[in-house]
Parts: sequence; C-alpha cells; structure tokens
Amino acid sequence: MVQASLDGILLGILFALIAYGMALQWGVMNIINIAQGDLVILGGYIAYTMYLAGIHPAWGVIVSPIIMFFVGWALYKLVINKVVDRDLFISILATFGIAIIFQQLMNFIFGADVVVAQSEYGTTMLFDNSVTLPNSKIFSAVVSILYAIALVIYMKKSRLGRAIRATAQNARAAKILGVDTEKVYAATFGINAALCGIAGALIAITLTLHPYVGLPYTVRSFMIVIVAGLGNLPAVAISGMGLGLFEEFADYILGTEFRIGAVFMLLVFILVYRRFKLSKKREYLK
Amino acid sequence: MNKLTKLFITFISAITLMLSSMSSSFAKVDGEYIVLGAAISLTGKYSSNGVHTQNGYNLAVDRINKMGGVEVQGKKYKFEIIYYDDESNPKRAAQLAERLINQDGVKYMLGPYSSGLTKAIAPVTEKYKIPMVEANGASRSLFTKGYKYLFAVLSPANQYLEVAIDLAVEKNGGKPVRIAQAFEQDAFSQDVRLGILDAAKRTGSEIIIDDKLPKELNDMAATLAKVKATKPDVLVVSGHTKGALTAIRQIAEMKVDVPMLAMTHCDAAKLSKQHGKKSEYALCASQWHKNLSYKDKFFGTGKKYDKDFKKEFGYAPPYQSAESSAALLVFKDAFERANSFDGDKVRDALKTTEMQTFYGNIKFGPGGQNTAKPMILFQVRCKGDTCENKVVAPTKWASDKFYHPIPKWSERS
Amino acid sequence: MDKVKQKDLILYSGLIILGLAAPFLFPGFKVQLTILCVLIVLAMTWNLQGGEMGYNTFGNILFYGLGMYLTASVQVGMFFPLAEWTESGGEKTFVHTTSQYFQGMGVGLLVAALVPTIIAGAIGYAILGLRGHYFAICTLGLGIAAGEIAGGIEIIGAGQGFTTPPFPKDIVDPGARGDFFYFLSFVLLIGTFVFIKWIYGSRFKLILNAIRDNEDKAEAMGIQTMKYKIVGWMVSAFFAGLAGGIMGGLIGYIDSTDVAFDGREMGVFMVLMAILGGKGTLWGPVIGATLFHFLKEGFWTLILGWQYVALGVLIVVIVIYFPEGLMGWLREKYPERFGEVIDEKDRKAQVELK
Repeated sequence: MVQASLDGILLGILFALIAYGMALQWGVMNIINIAQGDLVILGGYIAYTMYLAGIHPAWGVIVSPIIMFFVGWALYKLVINKVVDRDLFISILATFGIAIIFQQLMNFIFGADVVVAQSEYGTTMLFDNSVTLPNSKIFSAVVSILYAIALVIYMKKSRLGRAIRATAQNARAAKILGVDTEKVYAATFGINAALCGIAGALIAITLTLHPYVGLPYTVRSFMIVIVAGLGNLPAVAISGMGLGLFEEFADYILGTEFRIGAVFMLLVFILVYRRFKLSKKREYLK
Repeated sequence: MNKLTKLFITFISAITLMLSSMSSSFAKVDGEYIVLGAAISLTGKYSSNGVHTQNGYNLAVDRINKMGGVEVQGKKYKFEIIYYDDESNPKRAAQLAERLINQDGVKYMLGPYSSGLTKAIAPVTEKYKIPMVEANGASRSLFTKGYKYLFAVLSPANQYLEVAIDLAVEKNGGKPVRIAQAFEQDAFSQDVRLGILDAAKRTGSEIIIDDKLPKELNDMAATLAKVKATKPDVLVVSGHTKGALTAIRQIAEMKVDVPMLAMTHCDAAKLSKQHGKKSEYALCASQWHKNLSYKDKFFGTGKKYDKDFKKEFGYAPPYQSAESSAALLVFKDAFERANSFDGDKVRDALKTTEMQTFYGNIKFGPGGQNTAKPMILFQVRCKGDTCENKVVAPTKWASDKFYHPIPKWSERS
Repeated sequence: MDKVKQKDLILYSGLIILGLAAPFLFPGFKVQLTILCVLIVLAMTWNLQGGEMGYNTFGNILFYGLGMYLTASVQVGMFFPLAEWTESGGEKTFVHTTSQYFQGMGVGLLVAALVPTIIAGAIGYAILGLRGHYFAICTLGLGIAAGEIAGGIEIIGAGQGFTTPPFPKDIVDPGARGDFFYFLSFVLLIGTFVFIKWIYGSRFKLILNAIRDNEDKAEAMGIQTMKYKIVGWMVSAFFAGLAGGIMGGLIGYIDSTDVAFDGREMGVFMVLMAILGGKGTLWGPVIGATLFHFLKEGFWTLILGWQYVALGVLIVVIVIYFPEGLMGWLREKYPERFGEVIDEKDRKAQVELK
C-alpha cells in the first residue's frame, strides 16, 4: 500500500506536467490537442536517441524540450494556426490526424519495439527493503517540479509570459493593445510541446517507450485539466497525483489488465458527474 | 435533380470501371513462378516482428531460387511472394487473405506474424481450401479447431515454458514449487499460461499469483510488489517484447529477488543488449538457436544461417526469421513431393512432411502443429559487460550449465 | 413534383439493381462490397448524430463492438456452453449444423440490435447531457474503455479473442458464405437508408437540426431536447449493433481492441467518411463512405507502410480545408440543385461585404 501510494504520487507529478501543457493551450488557444501524448512519446524518443549515442539520457530533460519547442512551433505554423478559431471538434479531429502521422513516423524511425533508456540511477530502499523507490522516479518528480516552478515564474515575470496570460484572458483585447497574438499562439504551442518533451524524456528513463502508447497520456492530461480547471497549477498538481494514486490502486484492486480501462471509465464518470453538478447549478439559477 | 442523377450515374460507372480494371487476376502459377501470398505486419504494433518474418521469407525465396528453384513435373519454377500490409489488425488480415485468394488468385499462403492474426486468416484459407504454411502462430487453439489446410513449423505456445517449470521442480529436489505468473491479454501469452497451468498440475505445484497484463503494458509494478511480498520460487512473465523489457527493468529497479525468472521473447526484445547485466540469469523460451546441430542443404547449419542473414540484413536473426525461412523450405519440399500444383495434392504432401531443416525437424501432427521439434531454453549470461544467450536445455545442446538460483540483488554487482 | 419523384425512382431502382447484381458482376470483391455496405451504414448512423444533431460522437463504436460480441455469443451460447468455446486453448471443437448456424445468427442479430439500443437509452441521459467537445471526449473514452474491459472478460475470450462459429460445412459452395453476408449487409443498408430517409422527411429531423443549431433556444421553444437526443442515439445504436453483428460473422475472429471496439480505425473512419461526403446530408455519408472505401482499397496496397501517414494527412486536409465535405461543396456550387432559392442580388451583396 505504501509502495502503491508512493508510486502513484511520483507518477502523478509527471502526469501533472503534461496536463499543465494541455491546460495552457486549451486556455490560450481554445484547442484540444489529441496529439499531446504523441508529443510526449516523441520527446521520449529524443532522449532515447541520445542514450543510443552514448549520452546519459538524463540530459534529455534539457535537450528534448529545446527540440520539441521547435517541433511545436513548426506544427503550429503548419496546421494548428488553421484550427485555432474554429470549432473545438475540428481541432480534435485535426490533432487526431497529426497523432496518427506522428505514430507512424515514429514507427518508421524508431521501430515498433518497446525501448528503454537506462539511467543507472539505482534504487532507494525504505522501511527495511519492503518499499523500493527507483531513484529515476524520484529524479523525474524533482525535475518536473523544478520545471513547473520555472514555468510559473516565467509566466509571471517575462514579457512573453504576460502576453500569453493576456491573450488567454481576452485575445481580442490583447490584440488591440499590441500583443502579436499569432506569435503568442505559436509560442504557447511551442512551450506546450517543450513540456511534453520534458515529460517524454522522463518517461524514457522511468517507464518504457513505444510508438503507440500516446493516447492514454492525452486522456490522462485531459482528465486532470477537467478536474483542476484551466491555468491553476496547484490544482493540476494535486489532481495529477490523485490520478496517479487512482491508477496504482486500480492496479492492485482490479488487476493490471483493467488499468487502462479504469482510466477511461474514470474519465467518463468525471465528465458525467460534472454534467450533473452543472445542471443542478442551472436549475438553481432558474 | 437531373444533373444530380447524372452525377451519380457517372460516379457509379466510374466505380464499375475501377473495379473491373482492378480484377486483373494472376494465375496460381505464373509462367515460371509459383506465387505465394502473405499478409505481413509492416505497420502497427507487430511491425518489427513482421519485418523479421518478411526478411526470413525473402532470404529463403532468394536462396531457393538461386539454388535451382522448385522442380515440378520436370520443370523448374521459382517462388514469388505477394505481400500486403495487414497493419497488425486481424480484421485487415482476414480481408487481405480474401483479397489474395479472390483477386490475386493466390493458391498457396504463408502465415502472418502473431497468433491473433493467424487465427483471423485460418478460417479464410480453410474455406477456400488453400494450404497455408505458417511460421508465427503458436497458439494451441489454432491446432484444435480441426483445420485441415493449416501447417505450422513451430511448436505450439503451451510448450514454451512448460520445461521451465519441470526444471524448477528438478532444482527444488523434485518437490512442487510455488509459481507467480503474469501474462499479457493476448492469444499467444494466454496459451503460454495454459502450458504453465498444465505443468503446475502435473508437478503438483501451486500458483500463487496469476496476473493479467494489458496490451498497452508499460508498468507492472503492482504484480512485482506482490511477488516481493509472497516470495515465489519461479516468476513467469510473457507479453511479447514489451513484457520482457518492462519486467526486466522493473525487477531490477524494485530489486525483486526470485530464484528463477522465466520469460518469452527475450531475443526479439534484444534483452541482453537493451538491459545488459540487469537481464542476467533470465531464462528464455525459444523456438530456435543458432547453436543447434540441425542442418539442410540450403542454409547449412544454424550458424551459417546466422551469418548469411547478418550479411543480408545487418542484424542477427531472431527465431521469428528462422522459422519463417523454414516455412518456405517446407513448401518447396511439398511441391516436389506432390509433383503437382493441385491444392489438395500439395496439402496431402504437406501432411506427410518429414524433413530436417537448419531450423529443426519438421513433421506435422494431426492439428497441423510441428511435433518433431522440442522447445529450447536459454539463459542470459554475462561476462564483464557483454551478455550472451546460452542454451541450457535440453541438455543435448546445452552450451552452459543452468545457473540456479539467481543470486540476490544485494549480492550482484 | 411527380417528375422529380420519377427521377428518384429510377435512381433508387438503378442502385438496388446494381446492389443485387454486384456480387455476381464482381465475385472477387464480395468481401469488400460487404464491408462497403457496413461502412455506409455506420457513416449514415454517425451522420444522424454528428451531422444532424451536432453531437460529434466517437462512441458509436461502442454499439458496433457490442453488437459483434453479442451476436457471436448468442450464436454460440444457444447451442453450446459459451465458456468452453472461448476457453483459452479451446481443446473442444463444437460444430454448428446448418440450421443451428442460421438460427443462432438470426437470434444473435436480434439481440445485437436490441441490447445496444437499450444501453443507449439507459446511458443516454447521463452522456447526452454533455455538450460539444466534452461529449466528444467522453464518448471517445467510452469506446476505448469498452475495448479494454472486454479484453479482460474471460467468457468472451478476453485477450485471446473470440473465434465466431465457422460457416456450416454442409454448404459446399465456397461462394455461399460471401453471398450470405453480402446480402445480409445489403438488406441492412437498404433498411437503414429507408429508415433514415423517412426520418429526413419527418419532424424529428427538424428537431434534431434545431438541437444542432441552438439547443438552448430549442429547449426554450418547448422541445424536450433530451428525449429527442436519446431517441436519436438509440436509432444509431440499433443499426450500429446490427452492423457489428454482421461484421463479426464476416471476419470470423473478434479481438477486443482491434476488431470489435476498434475506435482507432472504425471509430474514426465513420466520422471521416461522413465528413468527407458532407455531414448533415442524406447522400453525403453514402458517397463519403464509398469514396473512402475505394480510395482505401485501391491505393492502400500501393503505398505499403505509408498508409497511416496518408490517412493522417487525409484527416488533417479534409478537416481543415473541406469541413463541409463533398456535398457541402456541391451545394455551394450548385445551390439550385438542392432546392435552395438564391437571391442573386443578396448573394452578390454578401460577397461584396466580405
């Protein structure tokens, strides 16, 4: 139980990082990005490539976001800028298409095999060896937290960060006041991709990579954002950990075979719960 | 409405034209070529193993064609394969099998990769009475459905790790052992599980953990935590390559101590390369190993096959490639013995196959499975930082002694 | 008016004759034709949701998969113990006699139509209360969860997959199986088409459109939107379940995530086909599905390995550049053909405004 809780929390911090990127683009650009998980996996493959080249994969958490930022930027210029002002369903379908392309290209480049990058970080034993904590998981949690803090400071202090927040609040007003929203959008998507890159590199170290495992990450981040709301980092972190805990316990109680099913069912339940809550409110207003 | 109607009519006639132009049919034997059909996973989750399979087929086709081809009724023929990509999807595979048979006029089929896809194709080939020699569908349920046109050059999946349990019991001084097992939710792995259940019953062993793993598996910490708590004598894991990789990574991370660890798909996962010393002592089931002493006149010995394959494709052949190559040798042999291109005659010839290939002896049982070849077990052993797969059972080919029990993590450097 | 009707009649009878003759004209393509029928049914039922009601669902795959499992389970379960049929390893062989096979299939299809309909009605109230993208994501989740859960249930074969009963051996003609499934799906196609055409002429369709255009206003007008949404979903479920049942029998092997709850392929295809043809029209999904199927069958094998990249590009291009689809494009070009009266002056004025 202690083991499951710790695993869940450490995993949850990682989810929260991805979810924060999701919240960012949703809030600023009003798009839902189904390819989020595939950006994560691509980030992971960048770290894996470094590992193959003989560089320690932990450097991936610095290199991967830089590369991914430009991938995100390019993706925005190619496709995303055409869906920003459109119906949300268009963005869902379009990014679904992107997800398929990414999966297949990754399959071509890296093969369909499951790969892992070795960090050789060893393991910390707790409570007389009954609980083990792989140092790689601790490392990933620490890196996630550091990046999250850095991002919050950046959003608060920097010019671009302020422009992003202004655009999120009211894109039109921001534009009138001289914010280059087009650039802000591109930067937002780039930052989102960079966050995915970090998360991917961490996943390469702690879990395994495979071209087709992106979608569950998308769904997880979507869920976290729905629960936590847009742009509320502490809430994102907490619901991320909550989800991590839920998954680990679902593993124990239902059996590992139902894990992914449980995640998706949870999504459905959260949405339905939210609907009933909201409809009650509406009745009250009447 | 008039124009719209016209539009539809144009549309429909366009379709009709397209259809009729598409149905250019090949003959089963096209000039000097014997045309075989195969749906292979070139994309999707099985694509790397699909490529191993395709490479195996291609190498054998090349070799057979170069060495004179197939002689039927005094005339020399060459093999040719029509490939389609089944996208690792059973629905697509069944559809493509129909297409190969109906549209491309294929009369002989080679199998796809994985048991699930073979299960999807077998009813189709059976319906059209098309002989299929398959090399990558090991699920036992394939051989109990009474299929008459299906032949598999490999040993059924339930035999994969049975031997491992026997070995564990032997090491335990003949006393029953406590088994923990985790299997992926797919046709192949569940059959391996079946074999373990049989072996457990036979030896009176007890199964204390029996977990199922999802298809998108990348975390089995929950199972391993249970293993840590219950301390079984043997841990058995099967879940294609991702199962093998995930298991080794997390066993090392969580420092799970088990006296014996048995798995499948170690060589396809390149365990010894990807995980190095962490994978040491893992016991793996394999259909084939290059050190076995079988040989034939096309590929020579296993070692020679290994060398030729490396030269052609730049990597060492996993057993998936070897068995695929063997499938073509079986077809060649059957054609020559049938001395005919008649589907049923070829089938009868296949049924009476009894031959040795570099891959092993081949003789088909009543269900179409290969009964003449034992499974082998190898163990990953390391010297310094380089790790190798050493055959440990059966003893006839053992190149090293089975190391038991696995030392505790605290004692491993 | 009569003249138009006559034209319609010619068109429909022409299509039906073509449909009946198709398997004899192209005996090699029976399976593809059967799948085409099923695809059209799926695209049409999706259109009822996504096109007419404005509820973009990814969840119709749920009913399709359910139908598939139900038909097969009933077909086996009526005569043999289901658990032994699907038991991993499956040592025992059961053989359906000809009459057992067809009886089982008939009852199975009935169940496959009814149960999803009931389920759609039962969960409709909860799910259809969601709006827009929440609904889309929720249904996506439902479809995937169903696949994952089905993959863990032993009695339907779990991850092993479920081999559906083989076509009776007493029928010797190897073409009979293809004919049977083709005509079954063709009948389903005609049934679906007639039903949906009937809906198109009814008040029901107008209400669905009202929901699409502005649900709150529709509600304010006194329409019980929830009731209509649920009924619309149940209609989709009914036909999708049947389509799944037929496909299960045709493929012969059911896998939880790759064949039955195949959200990644079928689930997306049905959306794409409807959009390609033009959502919100009667003929759009039909044309979209046909075009899509031909493109897929014709060119897929030519671009060995690259088909998914092509599919992804296709999705992006269609969604971004042709969100109105083929019919939408035609409508823009020849509005008179769609019975729309256009005031030329007004049209020009609008153009100038832009």
